[in-house]
Amino acid sequence: MEITWQTIAFFAFAVMTLGGGLMVVISRNLWHSALFLMLSLFGTSGLFVLLVAPFLAAVQVLVYIGAIAILVLFAIMLTRRMMGLEETQNTQWPAAAAVAVLLFIILVITLSPLVDEKAVTDIFGDKVANLNAHLPVDPDAKGSGVVANDDLKIVTVEKIGEALVTRDGFVLPFELASILLTAALIGAIVVAREDEA
Amino acid sequence: MDVNWLNANYLPWLIPVPPLISFMLIILFTGRNKFLSHSIAVGSVVLSFLLAFGEFLKTTGTKEFGPNAFGDSIKWMDVGLGEFRMGVLVDPLTAVMLFMVPIAMLMIFVYSMGYMGAYPDDDPHKIRYSRFFAYLSLFAGGMLTLVVADNLLLLFMGWEIMGLCSYLLIGFLFEKKSAQQAAVKAFMTTRVADVLMLVGIGYLYAEAGTLSFRDILYNETMLERLGNSDLTGYLGLSAASIIGILLVIGTIGKSAQFPLHAWLPDAMEGPTPVSAMIHAAAMVSAGVYAVIRMFPLLEAGGNPHTGDYTAPLILMGVIGSVTALGAAILGVGQNDIKRVLAYSTISQLGFMVAALGIGAYVAAAFHLITHAFFKALLFMSSGSVIHAMEHGEHALEHGHGEHGHDEHHADEHAHAHDEHGHGHSSYTWDDLNHAIAHGIEAGHLQPGEVTPYGADYVGPNGELPDDAEWKPSVPQGLKPDFVARPNNIMLMGGLINKIPVTAYAMLAGAFSLAGFPLITAGFWSKDEIIADAMTFLTNSGQFEGHSPWLHILVFFSLIIAATFTAFYTMRMWFLTFLGKPRSAIAEHATLMNHVDPEELSKAQTPLKKFWLQYSNSALMQGPLVILAFFAITAGFVGIHEDFTILHYLTGSHNFFHEFVGPSLLHEPEKVPFKIWPVLMSLLAFGLGAGAAYLVYGVPKDSYEKDPVQKTVGDPVWQALKNRFGFDTFYLTVLYQPFELFARKGSYQAIDKDTIDGILETIAVIFNNLGEGIKRFNHVIIDGVGDGIPQLIGLGGRWFRNIQSGRVQQYLLFTAVMLLAIGLFFVLRVL
Amino acid sequence: MVPLYFYLVVSAGLFAIGAYGALARRNAIAIVMSVELMLNAANINLVAFWRYLNPFEINGQIFAAFVFIVAAAEAAVGLALIISIYRNRQTVIVEDVNMLKW
Repeated sequence: MEITWQTIAFFAFAVMTLGGGLMVVISRNLWHSALFLMLSLFGTSGLFVLLVAPFLAAVQVLVYIGAIAILVLFAIMLTRRMMGLEETQNTQWPAAAAVAVLLFIILVITLSPLVDEKAVTDIFGDKVANLNAHLPVDPDAKGSGVVANDDLKIVTVEKIGEALVTRDGFVLPFELASILLTAALIGAIVVAREDEA
Repeated sequence: MDVNWLNANYLPWLIPVPPLISFMLIILFTGRNKFLSHSIAVGSVVLSFLLAFGEFLKTTGTKEFGPNAFGDSIKWMDVGLGEFRMGVLVDPLTAVMLFMVPIAMLMIFVYSMGYMGAYPDDDPHKIRYSRFFAYLSLFAGGMLTLVVADNLLLLFMGWEIMGLCSYLLIGFLFEKKSAQQAAVKAFMTTRVADVLMLVGIGYLYAEAGTLSFRDILYNETMLERLGNSDLTGYLGLSAASIIGILLVIGTIGKSAQFPLHAWLPDAMEGPTPVSAMIHAAAMVSAGVYAVIRMFPLLEAGGNPHTGDYTAPLILMGVIGSVTALGAAILGVGQNDIKRVLAYSTISQLGFMVAALGIGAYVAAAFHLITHAFFKALLFMSSGSVIHAMEHGEHALEHGHGEHGHDEHHADEHAHAHDEHGHGHSSYTWDDLNHAIAHGIEAGHLQPGEVTPYGADYVGPNGELPDDAEWKPSVPQGLKPDFVARPNNIMLMGGLINKIPVTAYAMLAGAFSLAGFPLITAGFWSKDEIIADAMTFLTNSGQFEGHSPWLHILVFFSLIIAATFTAFYTMRMWFLTFLGKPRSAIAEHATLMNHVDPEELSKAQTPLKKFWLQYSNSALMQGPLVILAFFAITAGFVGIHEDFTILHYLTGSHNFFHEFVGPSLLHEPEKVPFKIWPVLMSLLAFGLGAGAAYLVYGVPKDSYEKDPVQKTVGDPVWQALKNRFGFDTFYLTVLYQPFELFARKGSYQAIDKDTIDGILETIAVIFNNLGEGIKRFNHVIIDGVGDGIPQLIGLGGRWFRNIQSGRVQQYLLFTAVMLLAIGLFFVLRVL
Repeated sequence: MVPLYFYLVVSAGLFAIGAYGALARRNAIAIVMSVELMLNAANINLVAFWRYLNPFEINGQIFAAFVFIVAAAEAAVGLALIISIYRNRQTVIVEDVNMLKW
C-alpha cells in the first residue's frame, strides 16, 4: 500500500473517528463527550467521502452532526445537574473493557482473511468478479477487482432520489421510514413533555 | 321353573317364610306402627299355620307315608367332588311337629298382643312392642325352618336363629341388669353346647359325606358302617357314638338338661310370652326334636330294647333321669310361679331325653307334643296371673288399698329395696331415675355405676342397702332365692274368683303336667314313657340276657320325678287360686283394662263396651281356652290300643304310634300292654297330688313358713331355694375362677405383665432404634435433604444478584455470551 | 487505494469503543452517544462493503440512509425518555433506574 493522498486522508479520518469515539466513552465531562462525538461523526463522514458516497457524507454531517449531536447537547444541558459526576464509569467497566477488547480481537481475527486483497473475490464468490469483469479495475488494487473511483460517477444523488421514490426502487421502505420518523418525533414529544397537571 | 307350590313336596318350603318376611317388614318398615306390626306378625303366623296344617292334612291322608316322605331339595353349593343339597323334608315326625308348633305359636302371638298391650305406654314392654313381635316372628321362622329342614346344617341354622332370638328376647327388658345377665347366661350356656354340636355335625359330614336325614337315617348300610366301631370312630367308640354324644351335648344345652340347665330358670327374665315360646313351642323343644330326629344314628350299633345301649343312649338316659328327678325336686321349693314352671320344663324335657335313652322313640315324640301344649298353656296362664297381680300392685299404688297392710305376708326376701331390682316392680321409670339421681346426690352412688333400671342396690330413696356389694355380683333378679312380688305364689291365693277363666285353664294344664289319669294328655304321654321304661319287669324277655340297668334307672327316676311333679304342680295351683288372698295385691288382682269411666260411658255399643273393658283379658285368656282343649285331648291319639276300656273308643289304634313310628327305618315295636305301668302312673299322681292337697289344698290365710319347709327342715329347704347350689357352684367354680383368671391371670399376669412386658421391651427397643434412626435422619437425611435446597437457595440468592435491574449488566452478559458464541465460530474457522 | 480490510478494522474498532461505552458509562446520555457510535460503525461497514463489492447497485447507500433515519428516530425517542426519567427521578444515572428486577 503506497502512500497516496487517499491513504493519508483515510488514516486521518480513521484516527479522527476512533480517537473521537474513544474520547466520547472515556472523557469525564459529558459536554466534552458530546463534542468528541461530533468529531467522531465528522471523521465517519470523511470516510464516506473516501468511499465515494458523497450523499451519505453530506447526510452524515447534516443529520448526525447537525441534528442528533445538537439534540444530545440539548439533552445534556437539560440534565446539567448531572454533569459534575465524579464517577462516569460504572463498577463493571473492567469487564466491559475486556469484552470490548475481546470483541475487537475477534472481529479482527474474523476479518483477517481479507488482509489479502485478492481473497475478497475468493471469499465473496464469483458474483463480484462477474459483475466487475467488464469494468476497468483500479490499478492500485492489485488485482482485487475493485472498481476505480473515477468510474463510479453513476451513483449520483439523483439516482438515490429516484430509487427512493420509484415503485421498482424503495418507495415502500421510504414511506415506512417516514412513518417511523414521524411516530418517533411525536412519541418523543409526548414522552418528554412536562405534565401540565 | 314351573312349580305347583301347593304340592306337598314343595309346600314345606313356604312354611317358614311368612314369619321371616314379617320379621324383616317389622324391623325395616313398620316398627313405628304398633297395630300394623302386630297385625303383620300375627298374620304371618296364621299363614304359616294354614300352610303347615294343609301339609299336615296331606301327610295324614297319605298311605305308607313313612318311607314315602314328602320333600324337595336344591343344590346349595358344590363341595369337593359332590354337592351339598339344602331342602325340606316332611316325614311323620315333622308332620306332628308341624301340627303342634304353629298352633302353639299362633296362641302365643295372640296372647302377646294382650300381654304386651296391657302395659302402660311408658313401660319398656310397650315402648318396644313392635320389636317384640319382630323378634317373635324371627323366632317362629327359625323354629319352622328347623322343623322342615331335611339336613342337619339347615336344622342347625334354625337352631342358631333361635339361640339369637332367645338371647334378644330374654334380654328384652335390657334396662334390667338381671335381664341382661340372664340373656348372656342363656346365650353363653347354649353356645358351649352348640359348639360341640357343630363339631359333631362336622364329624358326621366327614364320615358320611352328607348331612341329609334321609341319606343317613334311612340308609341301613350307612348306619351300619357308622355304628361299627371296628370300621369308624376312635377310642373304641364308633363314629355314630361320638357324633351322637356331641349331638346330645347340643341338646343338653338347648333343652336345658343337667348340667347345662342353669340358664333356663333365669330365662324367666324375659316377658312371659317369651317364656312360653322358649319352653313350649320352640327352643327347648327344638333340642329334643333334634335328638329324636337323629335317634337312628344315636342307636346305631346297638339296640336299646335288648339292653344293648350305645354311648349316646347311656348319656341321654343318665342325664335325662338326673335332670327329670333333680328338677322335679327343685320345683317343690320355688315360690316364683314362673320358676316352678321353668323347673317343670327342665324336668319334663328330662323325661323325654331319658325316654329316648331307653329307645322309647315314639313315647318321647308323643310327650314332646303334649308337653308343648300344656306347657304353653301353663306359661301363658302364669303370665295372666302375673298380669293380674301387677294390676293389683298398680291399683295399690294409686290408693285403692291400704299400703303396707299385708306387708308382713311378704316373702322374707321381698324387701323394699328389692323391688327395684325387678321388672315386675310397680315403680315407674321416673321413680327409678329419681331415686338414682338422689343417690348420686347423696354420694352413695357414682354416676355411671348403675344403669337406670338395673339399680339393684338402690333403695326407694336412693340409699344403699347394708349388704351392698359392688362387684362381682349377681343381679337381684337372678339371685336364686329372689322372688318378685307379683310372681310370688305365697302372696297370691283366692285368684280363682278374680280370674276364673285363667284358673280353670291353668287347672287343665296343671292336671296335664301332673298326669291326671285318663283324661289329660300328660297322663298318656308320660304313661307311655313309664311303660317303655318298665319293660325290664313287664317284658324282661326282650333283653336276651343283657342287663336292663338303664331301664331300671330311668324307671325309678321318672316315677319319683312324676310324683314330685304332681306335688309341686298342684301346690302351685292350690296356692295361686284357692283360699283367701294373702296380700293386698292379690285382693286387687284383675285382668280388666284400666279404663277411664268417662270413656266407658261414651261407648255406644255393648260390644265396644266389652272390648274396652276386657280386650286384654280376651286376648290373653282366649288362647288359654284353646290350648286347654289341646292339653286335654292331645293325649287321646296316643292311647295304647289294648287299653282296657278306651280301646273301643279309639278303634284299637294307637294313632300316634302308627303315624310317627314309620319315621324310622324299622318301625319300633309297640310295647305290649300291661296294667302295671298305668298303675304306677296312677300311684305317682295320687301320691303327689294327694300330698299336695293335704298340705296346700285348703291354703291358710298366711304362711309364716312353708309347710314343706317345716317337714324337711330349713337346710334342705334352703338348698331347694338355692337350686341345690348349682348356680352358686357355677358362679364360684366356673364363673368366678374364670373371672379371676381373666382378671389376674389373663389380664394381669399374661396380658399386663408378660405380653405387655414383651411388647414394652420391644417397644423400648424400637423406640431406641427409632431414636437412632431419628438422629440419622436428622443429621444425614435432613442434612442432605435440607442441604440440597439450601444450596439451591444459596445459589438462587447468589444468582438472583445477576438480575440487578441494571440494564447495562444484562447487556454485558449478553455481550459475553455473544462473544463466547463468536469465539466458538472463530476457533472453528481457524 | 485503501484496502477493504482497513475500513472494516476501523469499523470494528469504532463498534468496540461504542460497545464499551454502552456497557461502562453511567450517564444515560453517554450511553445514547455510544449507541450512535456503534450505529456509525455499522454504517461504515455497510458503505465499505458497497464500495468494494457492488458499487454499481444503489442498495448499499440506501441501506445506510435508512440506518440514518432509524438512528435519528432512536436518538429522538431515547433522549426524550432520558429527559422524562430525569424529570421524574432527578437522575440520568442508569444504575439508579434499576426497577427492572425481581
